[in-house]
Amino acid sequence: MRNFTLLLALLLAFPVFSQDLDLLEDDEPEEETPQYTFATFKTNRVINGHSVEMVAKREFDFKISHRFGFLNTGPYQFFGLDQATLRIGGDFGITDNINVGFGRSNVDKTYDGFVKWRFIRQQTGLKNIPVTVTAISHMGITTLKWPIPNRENYFTSRLHYTHQLLIARKFSESLSVQLSPTLVHKNLIDSSQYKNDIYALGIGLRQKITVRTSINLEYFYVFPGQVPDSRSDALSIGFDIETGGHIFQLFFTNASAPFEKGFITDTNGRWLNGDVRFGFNIARIFNF
Amino acid sequence: MKPFIYISSLLLVFSFGFKQDDTKKYYSSTGDIHFFSHTEIEDIEADNHKVKTAFLPSTGAIQFSVLIKDFEFEKALMQEHFNENYMESTKYPKSTYSGEILDVKSINFDKDGTYTSKVKGNLTIKDVTKEIETVGTFKVKGDVVNAKASFNINPEDYNIEIPSMVSNKISRDIKITIDVDYK
Repeated sequence: MRNFTLLLALLLAFPVFSQDLDLLEDDEPEEETPQYTFATFKTNRVINGHSVEMVAKREFDFKISHRFGFLNTGPYQFFGLDQATLRIGGDFGITDNINVGFGRSNVDKTYDGFVKWRFIRQQTGLKNIPVTVTAISHMGITTLKWPIPNRENYFTSRLHYTHQLLIARKFSESLSVQLSPTLVHKNLIDSSQYKNDIYALGIGLRQKITVRTSINLEYFYVFPGQVPDSRSDALSIGFDIETGGHIFQLFFTNASAPFEKGFITDTNGRWLNGDVRFGFNIARIFNF
Repeated sequence: MKPFIYISSLLLVFSFGFKQDDTKKYYSSTGDIHFFSHTEIEDIEADNHKVKTAFLPSTGAIQFSVLIKDFEFEKALMQEHFNENYMESTKYPKSTYSGEILDVKSINFDKDGTYTSKVKGNLTIKDVTKEIETVGTFKVKGDVVNAKASFNINPEDYNIEIPSMVSNKISRDIKITIDVDYK
């Protein structure tokens, strides 16, 4: 009994010492705050299409998107380098979750603009939300001279729209996947046998190689029976390099147009025929 | 004999458990750490206002725990690059410091005043631990002890890779400033 009492006393006294081992230990667990997942993709484009990434408030992301001609045009066209399609434009952050953007492309002399809204963010902590979800609506205006000027042409025929829901999850530090259900609406189409409303599903994938580089894959599946058979789905493989100030995206793709309606529904190139072009996007962020 | 043992053991418990000077702990979960990287091309700085830290006046033991994600930059993109590329904060979420206030006995925590003491300990960033020694200023005012210190580190000592393209934008001598109100 005597020994027991002594032992008890020592045991009771001992915890006071153990506190010294780690002063901050007993203050865990930390208070619950939302831990947002960041950098699901390197930049706000996967390759051709948008990723869930946003430009922060009062930041302007100046983008030049450039695609050369098909590689299989051979040495006469210097493997496509003699031709180029491009878009110059930018994304601006009105808030961290609302972006707008504008651009001009030489494909069909198209002006385009979009509004992008991130309304669900992948996070842990206070709440567990497994995905980031962004809605984006694009509008494009083709300003080519009317191909048939002596028929009655309407301004509305120049317009086309693309609405997308971008659903992305960063599975690990290196792997991110995005699904992009897409609706393209064209006011004017080639023939009544095709659809004005075209449904498609985009899949994007990002696999990091080092902290500053990643390999990206992007595919837009257009559900059958909506566009001419000569059209094909846009498939692209790319490589992102982030240097600190700039982001370079180098890629191979069969699509030519650097805006949504164009690369999703008007792609003519076929990978199996070698209709592949080299392209790049350069992005530079400016702060206001 | 038995009552004596009871009493002495109770005394033993009390003497360890309630002797105030030995167990008093100064603590803060809102400490400030600021870092400043100066080069001719660009100044980079960030603040963390959620630093957890504590020290024991009895032994001088002092510790810091810093969540890398809580460093706030003026530019969102810089903050992302800091976390994603330089600090890899998902892989290494915390930096810690564990050391000793060497002249703690010269500080009278019951009397308002300003005291200085050498502080020596181990700083761990990205799993690399290095010894850091600096001088801390302790300002006692009532129940609050304000502590300030600063020291410089080279990011390359802590497994922080600086790509050649931005090499001249990031200092190799980054100033870390600490300012904590302990209670």
